[in-house]
Amino acid sequence: MTLFFQLLVNGLIVGALYGVVAMSFVLIYKASRIVNFAQGEFLLIGAWTCWWLLTSWQLPFWLGFPITLVFMLIFGVVLQVVVLRPMIGEPIISVIMVTIGLSIVFQAAMKWMFGVFAKPFPPIFAHATMDVFGLQVQTVYVVSLGISILIMAGFGWFFKYSRLGLAMRATAFDQQVAQSLGISVRQMFAMSWAISAMVSAVAGVTVGVVNGVSSALSFFGIKVFPAVILGGLDSVIGAVVGGLIVGVLENVAHYLDSQWLNWGNMYEIAPFYVLIAILMVKPYGLFGTKDIERV
Amino acid sequence: MANVSIIPSGDFKTSYGTDTTIFPTTTSRNFAILGVVLLLACPAFMDRYWLSLLIQIGYLGIAALGLNILVGFTGQISIGHSAFFGFGAFASAWLNNRWGVPVALAIPLAGVLTTGVGLIFGVPAARLKGLYLAIATLAAQYILQDFFGRADWFTGGSAGTIAEPLTVFGFAFDTDERYFYVVLVAMVVMYILGTNLMRTRDGRALVAVRDHYLSAEIMGINLTKYRTMSFGISAFYAGIGGALYAHYLQFVSVENFTILFSIQFLGMIIIGGLGSIMGTLMGTAFMVFLPELMQALTKMVSGTAIDTALNLRENIAFLREMSVGIVIILFLVFEPDGLAHRWKQIKAYWKLYPFSH
Repeated sequence: MTLFFQLLVNGLIVGALYGVVAMSFVLIYKASRIVNFAQGEFLLIGAWTCWWLLTSWQLPFWLGFPITLVFMLIFGVVLQVVVLRPMIGEPIISVIMVTIGLSIVFQAAMKWMFGVFAKPFPPIFAHATMDVFGLQVQTVYVVSLGISILIMAGFGWFFKYSRLGLAMRATAFDQQVAQSLGISVRQMFAMSWAISAMVSAVAGVTVGVVNGVSSALSFFGIKVFPAVILGGLDSVIGAVVGGLIVGVLENVAHYLDSQWLNWGNMYEIAPFYVLIAILMVKPYGLFGTKDIERV
Repeated sequence: MANVSIIPSGDFKTSYGTDTTIFPTTTSRNFAILGVVLLLACPAFMDRYWLSLLIQIGYLGIAALGLNILVGFTGQISIGHSAFFGFGAFASAWLNNRWGVPVALAIPLAGVLTTGVGLIFGVPAARLKGLYLAIATLAAQYILQDFFGRADWFTGGSAGTIAEPLTVFGFAFDTDERYFYVVLVAMVVMYILGTNLMRTRDGRALVAVRDHYLSAEIMGINLTKYRTMSFGISAFYAGIGGALYAHYLQFVSVENFTILFSIQFLGMIIIGGLGSIMGTLMGTAFMVFLPELMQALTKMVSGTAIDTALNLRENIAFLREMSVGIVIILFLVFEPDGLAHRWKQIKAYWKLYPFSH
């Protein structure tokens, strides 16, 4: 039973990270209607950048991490302006393929620059694990849970009260109306990519500290799909809920598998079966808006 | 005006027959026949390496045509094509090894089996469109890949499976020179089938679904039926292509059918031109020659400062991977209609040669 609770806690923590990545995915989708298949590569790039700053430049974490975030901010804006802006108005397959192409390029480039093997982060915390209600949990995980909750709360505040957040919501709601109210839609698009890249990088660094940095990180970007489909593609709350459910689900599937079924590999694959099931039953997810079409 | 050798200026088509004809002029038909004859002569003067590239273009081109029917003609998106390709490969080998079905029969049967699998995943596809479908097929890719690793009885698990060479009446097509003809015949047949499919009522229905599915539905086209059908056809082509691949290499390994391979298929049809049958072949050829081009480029700059700075020789694998992504992005940004469109422009330019405006 302890194992079960351990896995449950792990699931919640990993799920919170999924939720954060899913949120940044939804942010892009809501603002610019682009499905970003390169979301996982944002994690990868963020983690490698931070790793590089910490090892090659010997920067302390409190300095290296903010620099990473600033870099990702600029990276997101540049990416949107250079690659995605010409794609506005193109059919959906083209836009999807561009982000897929980007993901291949980034993945190969990262492998090229940093090698294919996982590299560990220099230790950041004094104690690697800590005791939570009698369960041994890695300190990074606890901190990451805190960071995740902080980011989620930050998103909530940002979209409810800040001027920029309201402008972004207006853009997502109706681009023409937003434009006529004096909101620069171009800037909003660029901002959504920048924030998304930044938030993903936070998740990337967190996972990198736990598991070491390797191209496996980009699989997070794939795992995000079950989460966002479950929650609804255009719902920020849905993304968080979906992420948590997927995180718990894969750990429960792993538990069932290791205890009774012995099928193997359920941890990886269970979310995809769920994904297909959701798409069959409720394609717009738990919180997503239904697409109603008129002729 | 059935047998003209040059196209008259202006549009004088008076029947559906002339509008949907494959070869508008006798010249274009003769050129197509000449092309096939030239290909027939290839094994006589080409070395084995080039031949193997042509064979690759053949079986990949068949599978890519299936994807183009799905994506380019029906407007559905699939990111799981390599999984179907792999299923066809394993199915053909399995039919032959386990049930003793002769290879010549196992290849089309593998296509039929793959169609079945395609239809299973086509059921959610019939209800979904656009990015939802993209994500569903992404899930299909991972599920099938997981299945390949799991199903020892079918795929031989991580050890892979051996596929016997194709034998007809005791004549084994086991060398590149011989297998080339098998692939060539299969490719010509499948491409003619594909071209003709698009000229039929069903083919036009598929195009209508792509162009405006609401209007299509109002006109009485059964959306569910045609979306599922398109998925089935695409899987059939992938299965045939995969089976040909299996009996060419005579060994199928589980690791080959990754998402990157699926993306390469998508790259082929985007580079070639969505909704263009000849373009599919051009795109496939481009995608097959791209790694060779990268190799040649690397060789060209070897020893120079660029080479030592980037350590090209050891990283050629990443360079190839990157080139796939970069080419896809560049084509989408600068030539979204693909090579087929470019080819048309070149033809139009020479047709009007000195006075192109």
